[in-house]
Amino acid sequence: MPSTRVIRRYIKPAVFIVCALPLLSLVLATFNIGGASLGANPVEKIQDTFGQWGLRFLCITLAVTPLRDWLNMPWLVQLRRMLGLYAFFYVLMHFLTWLILDQGMFWPGILDDIGKRPFITIGFAALVLLVPLAVTSTNRMMRRLGKRWKSLHRLNYVICLLAVWHYYWQVKADTTEPLIYLAIVLVLLGWRAWKARPRRSGASNEGAVAREG
Amino acid sequence: MLIRRPHPGDSAAIRPSEITSESVYLNRRTLLQAALAAGVTGIGAGWASEAGAVSELNVQRNPKYSLSDAPNSYEDITTYNNFYEFGLDKSDPSENSGRFKPTPWTVTVSGEAEKTGKFALEDLLKPHTIEERVYRMRCVEAWSMVIPWDGVPLGDVLKQFQPTSKAKYVAFKTVLRPQEMPGQRSAVLDWPYVEGLRIDEAMNPLALLAVGVYGKTLPNQNGAPLRLITPWKYGFKGIKSIVEIRFTERQPPSTWNISAPHEYGFYANVNPNVDHPRWSQARERKIGAGLFGSRVPTLMFNGYEKEVASLYQGMDLKKYY
Repeated sequence: MPSTRVIRRYIKPAVFIVCALPLLSLVLATFNIGGASLGANPVEKIQDTFGQWGLRFLCITLAVTPLRDWLNMPWLVQLRRMLGLYAFFYVLMHFLTWLILDQGMFWPGILDDIGKRPFITIGFAALVLLVPLAVTSTNRMMRRLGKRWKSLHRLNYVICLLAVWHYYWQVKADTTEPLIYLAIVLVLLGWRAWKARPRRSGASNEGAVAREG
Repeated sequence: MLIRRPHPGDSAAIRPSEITSESVYLNRRTLLQAALAAGVTGIGAGWASEAGAVSELNVQRNPKYSLSDAPNSYEDITTYNNFYEFGLDKSDPSENSGRFKPTPWTVTVSGEAEKTGKFALEDLLKPHTIEERVYRMRCVEAWSMVIPWDGVPLGDVLKQFQPTSKAKYVAFKTVLRPQEMPGQRSAVLDWPYVEGLRIDEAMNPLALLAVGVYGKTLPNQNGAPLRLITPWKYGFKGIKSIVEIRFTERQPPSTWNISAPHEYGFYANVNPNVDHPRWSQARERKIGAGLFGSRVPTLMFNGYEKEVASLYQGMDLKKYY
């Protein structure tokens, strides 16, 4: 296991930079740096990229606890907050792109869409549910909330399912990709359910581990 | 090359009017006409023999079909496409259509008409002048372009076959070539793509059988060598790479309607008042308007109300979407 110093000084900054690469790619494409381009429909491109990465980071965050156990790398959990905040960041940017660039802050259309279009309603709900998780991601909030912090952050299970649903309902014909995401989320949630399954001989160590995630 | 393409250094926020300024566009036309006068290109010889290549067409501008909006750039028109036969992403058709061979091409005409059979594309077009018309194109996904199509009025072509009084509809079919069209190897839609029009819609002067864009033969990704353009309808009605025309008494099936009947109707007229079940059709994004070009209101029948509204008099357009 890497020392706390290595994690803090090298691993975390490296992960931080890697996670920012999708954002960087959009910035380069926006300014046509290095031949990159946003194509004929730049707004759609930006919105899709943010949305895709929001969903990917939600899945990655959900995978941290299972990976920790499968790979026996307990220190992975120290990266979870950063990954979760990146998920929130990309989802928020996805929403803001829709709000500002796509809808041009045309409020009647925006409110109508959130209320009337189920796939937008679901996506918006996922974003709203992410807000308390981001707000309570600090050490202080973790201490203040104690046991309730873990229950609160299990909201992420619901958020991941809503995000996949949002994607599934948005595609026109080919549902392969959203179904792949669904499979990933179901495996990650299924593993948790399996770990937490009731045992005849009371709670085992494995059960205790599952409750952490 | 007579068409100005955006340079790599151009900002993404450039408007189409700057990409293809009117003067450049008109100048191009003068050059084309000069070539025409010199007898450089003829219809039959105009088709490319090499897959993926396009060649100059002998076209005549029809000033009746002009728009105040500048047309989208050739680049936008040929790289942002929905043509699921070549893949689902907008860039897939331009990237995956290189192996498609649009020549030679024959069209099979069948059904309720006097003159049916197989026709070489050249023979179908021979009696007609290829017109250039600038049309709005509105996709059901709520984006739009302005495109200078080259083609012949659909009605003029259909009349050649002398449809009978039983011909109430006309059906179209796209070629089925999974070897050359990788998208047809997955069952995303029910291949081959089929579409149809009511006969009076097909005979409306706006309906165009396009063979080119910007004075050149259609690139594969735009539906080479022959496609339908019905500018008052959503783009998916514009069936591409047509190999079959059939006159029918009953309403023919259409691919997107088969795929999702509650979302895509047979008529598919552009209508800002009838939303797609999952998104609004009230406003549209103009391709080429850049990062901060906000959506604009969608017009009834995509702005062609005067020409086509009479076709649908007394019909409940919420029911017949």
